[in-house]
Amino acid sequence: MSAVMEPGEHYRVDFERLCGDLPGARTPWVRRRREAALARFAERGFPTTRDEAWKYTDPGVIARRAFAPAPAAAPVPAPEALEPFRIKGLDCHRLVFLDGRLAPDLSDVGALPPGVVAGGLARTLEEAPDSVEDRLGRYAGDEDNGFAALNTAFLTDGVHLHLPPGAVLDRPVHVLHLSTGAGDGTVVHPRNLVVAGAGSRAVLIETYAGLHEAACLTNVQTEVLLGEGARVEHYKLQQEGDKAFHIADTGVYLPARARYRSHVIDAGGRLVRNEIRVRLDGAGSECVLNGLYLLGARQHVDNHTVIDHLAPEGTSREYYKGVLEGHSRSVFSGKVIVHPGARYTDALQANHNLLLSENAEADIRPQLEIYADDVKCAHGATVGRLDPDALYYLKSRAIDEDAARSLLIYAFANDVLDRLPLEPVRAYLERTLTARLLHGRKVEELI
Amino acid sequence: MLSIRNLEAGIDGKPILRGLSLEIGKGEVHAIMGPNGSGKSTLAHILAGRDGYEITGGEVIYEGRNLLEMPTEERAREGVFLAFQYPVEIPGVSNIYLLKAALNAVRKHRGEGELDAMDFLKLVKDRMNLVEMDEQFLYRPVNEGFSGGEKKRNEILQMAVLQPKLGILDETDSGLDIDALRVVANGVNALRGPERSLMLVTHYQRLLDYIVPDYVHVLAGGRIVKSGDRGLALELESRGYGWIEEELREGA
Repeated sequence: MSAVMEPGEHYRVDFERLCGDLPGARTPWVRRRREAALARFAERGFPTTRDEAWKYTDPGVIARRAFAPAPAAAPVPAPEALEPFRIKGLDCHRLVFLDGRLAPDLSDVGALPPGVVAGGLARTLEEAPDSVEDRLGRYAGDEDNGFAALNTAFLTDGVHLHLPPGAVLDRPVHVLHLSTGAGDGTVVHPRNLVVAGAGSRAVLIETYAGLHEAACLTNVQTEVLLGEGARVEHYKLQQEGDKAFHIADTGVYLPARARYRSHVIDAGGRLVRNEIRVRLDGAGSECVLNGLYLLGARQHVDNHTVIDHLAPEGTSREYYKGVLEGHSRSVFSGKVIVHPGARYTDALQANHNLLLSENAEADIRPQLEIYADDVKCAHGATVGRLDPDALYYLKSRAIDEDAARSLLIYAFANDVLDRLPLEPVRAYLERTLTARLLHGRKVEELI
Repeated sequence: MLSIRNLEAGIDGKPILRGLSLEIGKGEVHAIMGPNGSGKSTLAHILAGRDGYEITGGEVIYEGRNLLEMPTEERAREGVFLAFQYPVEIPGVSNIYLLKAALNAVRKHRGEGELDAMDFLKLVKDRMNLVEMDEQFLYRPVNEGFSGGEKKRNEILQMAVLQPKLGILDETDSGLDIDALRVVANGVNALRGPERSLMLVTHYQRLLDYIVPDYVHVLAGGRIVKSGDRGLALELESRGYGWIEEELREGA
């Protein structure tokens, strides 16, 4: 390897080496898009804090490091290693990806309604690339975001969920993206594509997790395309290892009366970015973005949301809460743009943070841009500490300091979990998060 | 059971209690009356264990122990209960959850086992009847969205569940209409007994029509300046607090 290589240059070298083996390599349009994306990445590079959208999250620590593609043959973990990420009581179609590639032996998709696809995107690109030609990349973030461009260049695998018009998926699809953490400095580029035809319904649950403490990078991109009146419920449970980098970009397209609800839960990772861009492009469409982050040590989590109201009578609701300990830091950016013609838009946004340490920091950036009449837009944001009056009140009721604090923290976070419609997911998170948040302390005894 | 001797305390360097002394025996009901700003609520919170007060002199002996050295929760476990003038709202924590956590903490401290879910619910529902509270309040977040009267009833419910040895009621009558006052007072009266002492902190005599005290004390300028029986409360009602302050000035 040359010592004078520009930062990021090794990605081109890796690309030259790997591109013949990446999925869809024989399909001209796939190859053209990969090359265009790589060229875009070469031109833009990684974002820096000089980019407005990355002001509070410095990707330099990723940019400076030469992440190598994870080996194609990931070590297959023992089944019990997956247990902590199983959601008890959830009857689901299960897909497991190891280091970015579908692991059929660990997956259990089961029976699907006619015409429904729930599998690996790599397989689609190999066997039926034409079925996704006009969809893949349509709402990608490649143009503005070097990470997204890199994802398109290297995209290996990810979930491909396709629902024909009117299809109703009764059982949720649970996708476990697992980093086996073979070593520091590896990168995977998961790519997910959800196409939900008019009037269709589906629930997608994604878990991102690491099996080992490795400084690896997960650079994921997800596109969610709904048809008219379609409804998609999307959970993302981010439980990466403590040293992991997780950069995610999600683009969502909503035509008339479509509804997309997202629940992003961040518990793991060293540096995490969840970008969600939603285009409400048809009358009466609706999006809900909920989030909860529970951070400690030196974790940094950035939730970056952009909601474009392009059509009348759209509704958007954002509700993010975070609990921060140690030297952790959170960023919430909520941009809502009500474009001309998007009359009767109804947009609400809230972000509340509970700081448990002097050294934790929460940055909040609400941005409302309104270019239409007759709209309702509001936002609320708080950064606070545990209420001393509430602590005193609880202690005066015989509850000790530790338990009182636990109870108040639990109540703060549980408010978001209470909004999760799927009971097994809620219960799973309550178990895992409560234990993490309270260091396994006394709330368990109180319940 | 409670002996307050020459208690001096303040906040932010400003003295509030200036040598307050008071003896409360087992099973007695004492009313502490006084003008606004005399230190009534400060006294109640110092006994309950609120942070932030500077104790500059005197002592408080509760059941033979130095109360002021006990952590807040230990006082509660040992039977001190303060019904707050302004009960705190706690979003996300349901009333039943708080009651259960509190009762179990007290029972554990006494060396009793935790109540099982059925017995606990039976006990709570029984105590709710006492203050005419609907069961739905159990499942609502503590005090959140409660009316003034509902909050005060909730305080008495907690007291009825925890069965303290010393109940301190801080302005429990404030903000209550006459019907709510009657309900709250009935609840408190039902808790009177030879083993339970009560301290009623109030500005107005009105409460004492319903909860009749054994002793009445006037707190002014940070000290108990006059003690008597119920007649003193009635005199205060007809004459106000001005004459006491005058007497004090003459005596000085």
